[in-house]
Amino acid sequence: MRLFWSITLATLTKDIRLEWRSKDALNAMLFFSLLVVVIFVFSFDPLAEESRHIVGGLVWIAFLFAAMVALNQTWARELRNQVLDGYRVSPAPATALFVAKVLGNFLLVSLLEALMAPLFVIFYNLRVLGPAWQLIPVALLGTWALVVNGTFFAAMSLRTRSRELMLPLLLFPVSIPAVIGMVAATTSILTGDDPAHFYIVLLLTYDVVFTTACLALFETVLQAE
Amino acid sequence: MTVSAPVVPAAAGIIAIKNLVKQFGRFAALRGVDAEFEAGKFHVILGDNGAGKTTLLRALAGLAHPTRGTISILDKNPHDACREIGYMAHPSLLYDEMSGLENLRYFARLYDISGDERCKQVIRAVGLDPELSRPVGKYSQGMRQRMSLARAILHDPKILLLDEPFSNVDVHSAREMVGLLKGMRDAGKTIFVVTHQAALLEGVADEFVWMQAGQIVERTSHLAPELPNSNPPRAVEP
Repeated sequence: MRLFWSITLATLTKDIRLEWRSKDALNAMLFFSLLVVVIFVFSFDPLAEESRHIVGGLVWIAFLFAAMVALNQTWARELRNQVLDGYRVSPAPATALFVAKVLGNFLLVSLLEALMAPLFVIFYNLRVLGPAWQLIPVALLGTWALVVNGTFFAAMSLRTRSRELMLPLLLFPVSIPAVIGMVAATTSILTGDDPAHFYIVLLLTYDVVFTTACLALFETVLQAE
Repeated sequence: MTVSAPVVPAAAGIIAIKNLVKQFGRFAALRGVDAEFEAGKFHVILGDNGAGKTTLLRALAGLAHPTRGTISILDKNPHDACREIGYMAHPSLLYDEMSGLENLRYFARLYDISGDERCKQVIRAVGLDPELSRPVGKYSQGMRQRMSLARAILHDPKILLLDEPFSNVDVHSAREMVGLLKGMRDAGKTIFVVTHQAALLEGVADEFVWMQAGQIVERTSHLAPELPNSNPPRAVEP
């Protein structure tokens, strides 16, 4: 177990260092999310009441599409110089690589959310009518749902010819229950109409099920040719 | 009191390949390779492009799963023997954005090697400076090949699998690498080199293994004088 976490930490540190030096994923994600916010504001110009009903969907769609950039980039850098083969020939467990990649993507997407959330509040003139603290578990569980499946499917589509097209094709259908949960929970909290507990439990269940499945299957994906 | 059976010495072959077939779709890259390789020897694998040299090396490294047949390395399958195998591919297997030492530090952690001492030791062994701070992406091709070799020998493996280690390397650097490999063979390591520059290894290698169309067609102890290039001596009907 010590070796597992040591390798996970080493891989996570290495990924953060590579991202810090290149800023490939972060810049693209920020730019994309910013565009979504601005374009939708100019397209709809919603009132505060309308905003509360549509922003839940808007926010998560923006983050979902922006996360694609990070998810593709995560594995793309492992393909350059076939570095992934260096991992495959080592005795390091496949799951340590997967957990490190998921944590790295989680940090990256969470950072994006933290930077973009104030912009959504300002541009859409938002005021939360429900229990605002519940946005935190929704954000954490929703982000985990996106990145755990995204990291797994990005690895699956790694060796396909059109992997950037394959990832959304594989990921979006599987993510529908999670996206419904994230959007419904966020809208419930913003409008204060209904309690969001059901959706939070739905997200938690989704995360547990898919994290377990991805961990169980990742070694097969990594060793596939 | 029971008397235990006499211990039978292990077979001389450190690597045993039996009827190895590797297919990519309908294309067979390896077509029934049968071979045993001795420990502590320097084996050079030769053959034309598409002969199956790289596929054989990848199969030995556990990166290409056999379609049929078996590979036994120290009585284990390649995946279980991974601690005993050092693999250097044609690409560098290094992160271009990190320095050589940073790269090796990361790979050292995968083998549960802590501290920088071993990393610096292997970087010096391949003739590079461990304090070199520029990223590997800015190294010359020769330096990258050396760093790639350092990565392969980092965990002190018993078996080294090297795919084209001298490609794009100047003659002087290539001879230095050959000297280093010779020293490792003399220290008991088993070395496999896939190369098109077999002449560099004449007098150093113990065996030349000739491949053609996915099969081993000849094993010789020297480069045939009438065949200065790496063409196999003769073809064998499959």
